[in-house]
Amino acid sequence: MRQIRFKTLKTAALLGGLLSATTFAGLATAAGVEDFPDRNIQYIIPFGPGGESDISARLQQKYFQEITGQQLIIQYMAGGGGAVGWSQLNEMDGDGYTIMGTNLPHIILKPMGKDPGFKTEDLKNFYYFHYSPDALIVRNDSPYKTLDDLIAAAKKAPGSVTVSGSGTQSANDIANRRFESLADVKTTYIPFKGTGAAVTALLGGQVQAEWGYTTTAANHDDKVRMLAVAAEQRHPLFPDVPTFKELGYNMTGGAYRGMAVPKGTPEDVTLKLSGIFQQINQNPEFRKKMQDLGFVLIDVPYMKMADFMAKRRAEYEKVAREMGIID
Amino acid sequence: MDTLSFMAAALSPVNLMLAVVGVAAGILIGALPGLSATMAVAVLVPVTFGMSPESALIMLGAIYTGAIYGGSYAAILVNTPGTPSAIATTFDGYPMAKRGDGDLAVTLSTLSSMVGGLMGALALLTLAPLLAQIALKFGPVEYFWLAIFGLTLISALSEGSTLKGFIGAGLGLLLSTVGVSVIGADIRYAFGSQFLLGGVETISALIGLYCVPVLIDLVATPSAHLKPPEKGRGIRLGEGLSLMWRGKFNALRSAVIGTAVAILPGAGGSIASLVSYSEARRTSTRSDNFGKGEPDGVIATETANNATVGGGFIPTFVLGIPGTPPDAVILGALLVQGFRTGPEMFTTNVSVTYTFIGGLFIATLLMLPIGLLIGRYAFKSIVTIPKALLVPSIAFMTIIGTYAIRNNPFDVVVMVVLGIVGWVLSRYGVKPSPIVLGLILGPIAEQGFVQGYLIGNASGSVFGAFFGQPLSLAIIAMVLLSVLFPLWRGWRQRSSKETAHGH
Repeated sequence: MRQIRFKTLKTAALLGGLLSATTFAGLATAAGVEDFPDRNIQYIIPFGPGGESDISARLQQKYFQEITGQQLIIQYMAGGGGAVGWSQLNEMDGDGYTIMGTNLPHIILKPMGKDPGFKTEDLKNFYYFHYSPDALIVRNDSPYKTLDDLIAAAKKAPGSVTVSGSGTQSANDIANRRFESLADVKTTYIPFKGTGAAVTALLGGQVQAEWGYTTTAANHDDKVRMLAVAAEQRHPLFPDVPTFKELGYNMTGGAYRGMAVPKGTPEDVTLKLSGIFQQINQNPEFRKKMQDLGFVLIDVPYMKMADFMAKRRAEYEKVAREMGIID
Repeated sequence: MDTLSFMAAALSPVNLMLAVVGVAAGILIGALPGLSATMAVAVLVPVTFGMSPESALIMLGAIYTGAIYGGSYAAILVNTPGTPSAIATTFDGYPMAKRGDGDLAVTLSTLSSMVGGLMGALALLTLAPLLAQIALKFGPVEYFWLAIFGLTLISALSEGSTLKGFIGAGLGLLLSTVGVSVIGADIRYAFGSQFLLGGVETISALIGLYCVPVLIDLVATPSAHLKPPEKGRGIRLGEGLSLMWRGKFNALRSAVIGTAVAILPGAGGSIASLVSYSEARRTSTRSDNFGKGEPDGVIATETANNATVGGGFIPTFVLGIPGTPPDAVILGALLVQGFRTGPEMFTTNVSVTYTFIGGLFIATLLMLPIGLLIGRYAFKSIVTIPKALLVPSIAFMTIIGTYAIRNNPFDVVVMVVLGIVGWVLSRYGVKPSPIVLGLILGPIAEQGFVQGYLIGNASGSVFGAFFGQPLSLAIIAMVLLSVLFPLWRGWRQRSSKETAHGH
């Protein structure tokens, strides 16, 4: 029974891959792409184990195997906030059997400042599958009941409200800058090493609020609440938490995650990979698991990647200019 | 009682078998320099996806426990910490092995690891929610002072010249700044190299600084690596037990220190074992023997680092904040399994939690027979292998191990360069431990300071932020004690000598 289902899935995947390869690339498939992948694929996460990039990749593993019959082998290449991995990606074998996780805003922001060893446009992203929406989080016992309370406090004494977040020039730092300029307030942003340390500072009362994600709130929902979420719609896990948009601040965004292949990877193989991961994203069980952890699924296949990246880039450039990363 | 019945579930044949396999695999991985506990756990996470959450956790916990203990083999037998937690085990473990007591040192390490592991697991079982609340009291300022306290241990750790100890620590601090900084995202000392962006990896530095000098000395001297033991000697369990009994207070204190440090996310096993080592040395009546093969030194560090296993799970389970790097991986595995950490772990998910804690106890107890067996074999093979074979094999392992940490070939270059630098420096009296201490504590001190400064600025009083809290003041008092105690002891020794001369 299991095997039969498995076989159907595999056939579907092959058909889908074949179709997309022929229709989009418009050429007779190169030798072997029907059989791709015929061995395990190496999936490099340019961060340490245990973070959100790792967890979401781990969730993909099972479904990748169901679809292709091959395994997704996760490896870590941490360092420089992802830069160590991304700067080496294009030197790896471009046969489709090596893929690497990429993250926004990291891959756009990092090359804007000093040279991190890679350029944004050199990364051949083939599928973006989800994002963790930014969220402004406080402790349950915080005097700030609403976003307005926090804004009022920050207006009264500029710089007195302390907000923790992960890293400098990171998704959290950017969210804080955008919030500051939209609400016309001044806060004190305190960077920590990783989301774990940032949330610890919030729980311990060393800071008054934290820039985190819906995922952070989902993981600590007994101790913290969100004032607002930077998503288009309210998150199904938190129907009571308003979006920034509802409150009048045009702010959506967060940490986006996807995958890239080395530059030399053939187009048809890249398209096929995009199709496989798109199929994973459509699996109801996968969607449920991702949603329960607080993620929001998106669907950006290879063909729509250029558009998606250009939009994000325009957004980040605006903030980067305000932050003084570029002039 | 419910708790007991859940814990008894860990005794099911499948779980028991997983614990045995996990401990044995963990010991082997931990014993190889470069293959750390974090990696051991990360590699095995996908294997556990097909298992029930209880079994998965038991297996991961067993591997973790085994790896932390296994790190002592390499520390004792080849002077190289198999995991960062075993740094301080080299101080007395290796001198013991050199003089022919390697078997005794391994047995002691096994016994101490078991005692420490049991104490840590006990704390997890009984005090978890309370201790997690204490952990939250540690903010950036407290971490800053804690790092400063750690740096004061240099005076205790540097044999001979304190000045040379500080030179080493300065070098370590400098190395810790290489790469992209967490606060400010500045690129420092990367000299345009994309590889240096990631900074100096602690474990590759460890392997370089500790292992390469041993290899060079092995090649440069004709004598055997370790003094071979007398024939027909067993595992010296009796001797080990009586030494453990003599050092029972030392073991108890080290286990408490290990647990306490482990509940602080961001500290970890290396700091726990260094602190308990220097405490053991400070309070010992044989403190002059420390660093020359004192069994109490091995007892202190190995008890402490295995106590961090149970201790580290406290913030992981109660707060959802990993206490140590391997905990981060286990936390990720839990989330993938669909489990939410937090108080639910001790209310709605008790069956999983208590079965896991039961598994941790069992894995720790299993460490004794399995450890003694593997340890015996490891000791024998290291002693009997001819040098011509030993040196290349270790050299090969260090390179593979260093590369495997981040799949980064440049880490191997860093390892070799630091090894040669370390060898030269150590000939001039600058030992590796202060360098490593600086490397580990540098980022904690730097980030804690800047974050504390920013928070102080926002509240209007930087001074108040650093000196206004009782907890920081307590740590400052420990810093002063740690700095002044060696001075006071030196003064007392001098004055007693003078009185002796007077007579």
